[in-house]
Amino acid sequence: MRLLTHNMLSSNIKGVSNGFPLRIEVEKVIEKEVDCNPDFLINMFAKIEWKALVDAARTMGYAELPEEAESSMLDSDEFLRKFHHALLELHLEEGALVCPETGRKFPVNKGIPNMLLHEDEV
Amino acid sequence: MSSRPELLAPPEIFYDDVEARKYTSSSRIIEIQSKLSERAVELLALPDDGVPRLLLDIGCGSGLSGETLTENGHQWIGLDISLSMLNIASEREVEGDILLGDMGQGLALRPGVIDGAISISAVQWLCNADKSSHEPKLRLKAFFGSLYRCLARGARAVFQVYPENLAQRELILRSAMHAGFAGGVVVDYPHSAKSRKEYLVLTCGPPSLTTATPKAKGEDGESCSEDEVSEDEENQTVRFSDRQRPRKKQKVNKKGKGREWVLRKKEQMRNKGINVPPNTKYTARKRKARF
Repeated sequence: MRLLTHNMLSSNIKGVSNGFPLRIEVEKVIEKEVDCNPDFLINMFAKIEWKALVDAARTMGYAELPEEAESSMLDSDEFLRKFHHALLELHLEEGALVCPETGRKFPVNKGIPNMLLHEDEV
Repeated sequence: MSSRPELLAPPEIFYDDVEARKYTSSSRIIEIQSKLSERAVELLALPDDGVPRLLLDIGCGSGLSGETLTENGHQWIGLDISLSMLNIASEREVEGDILLGDMGQGLALRPGVIDGAISISAVQWLCNADKSSHEPKLRLKAFFGSLYRCLARGARAVFQVYPENLAQRELILRSAMHAGFAGGVVVDYPHSAKSRKEYLVLTCGPPSLTTATPKAKGEDGESCSEDEVSEDEENQTVRFSDRQRPRKKQKVNKKGKGREWVLRKKEQMRNKGINVPPNTKYTARKRKARF
C-alpha cells in the first residue's frame, strides 16, 4: 500500500467522528521505483493532507519532506522528487493501520490492508 | 444450476483460490472484462488533458479492470471482498493499491478526494443478504452514501451491473438517487441477449447539462424516443429505458384447448346465469388447415 492510499483512507467504524489519519505500524517497508508524473503530483497536491503525509513518511523511515508545504513549492524539481518518492514509491508491505480514536488495528499483509469491519462496528 | 454466481455463495466464499485462478486465466473473461472496463472509462468522460486522475475500482478482483485504468494512465485504488482475488492481483503486480473491504459497509475514504469510480459486475452482489445481519437496502445506502461523500463534486461513477430482475434494478437506482446522485442507466446493444450490457452512470451533484446520460451503443432510432419519454418525468433524476427487452413469447399449444374444454367452460358460464349459445355439432369443431 502506498502513502497515496494511506492519505485517502479514514476509519469508518460506527461512532468514530474523525478517523483520519490512520496511524501506521511498520513491520516491513519496500520501495518500488515508478516514473514521476509532475502533472499528477500538481493535481493531487490540493487533495493531500500534508501533515498526515509527512508523519506517515517519517514512520516509514523517510524524513526528507519539509514540515510545511504550499503550492508555490511545486515549481521546484527537488520538492517534486521528494513528494513523488513519499507518495508513490514507499509501500507498506507488512504492518498495521490503527484507528486514531478507537485504537482498532487493521492488519496489512502482503501490501493489502484488511479494512473489513466486524458486525458490531458497522 | 444457476448461472448467476450471486445465488451460489457470498462473494468472499465464491471467489476462492480455485475460482480466482480460473477467473484470471480464462482469456475469454479477460477480454470481456477489459472491454467492459474500456467502455466504463469512456463513460466516465474524464477531461482529455492527459493528467492522471485518482480513480476508484470497486470490486476490483484480480485487477483486470484496474489494468485498463493503468493503460489509460490513471492512478487507482481497488477494493474487493475476496482475499483470493486480491492475492492474484498482487501476484500480477498491478499498479494500483488494493484494499480488502466490503462495499456494503461503506467506503473508508476521506471526503471529496476521488476523481471517479468504476465498478465492473459487482454492485448486484449488494442485493443479496448473505448473513443474517445483512439488509440489502441498508448496505446499498451505506455504499452509495459513502461513495457520494468520497467523490469530488462533478465526478462520475460508472457501474456495469447485471441486475437479476426489474426489482433489483429499481432497488439499486433508488438507493443511488437517495444518496444524491444524478444520472441514469445506459444500455448498450439493448436488442441483443448476449452483448446487452447495462451501465449505471452517476454524477455527483445536482442534475445539469453535464449530468445528461450519455448515448448508448447499438441503439436504433426507435429507442431514442423512449429516452425522451422518460425525460418528461421531471422529478426523477435517475432514468432508464428498458422497453427494448424481448417480449415473453406466448405459449402456443399445437392442439388447442379442445372441444371438451369449451363445453366445460360454456357449462360454467351457464351455471353463472350468463347467456351462452347452445351446444351444436359446430361447437369447437376443428377448422380446415387453409384457415
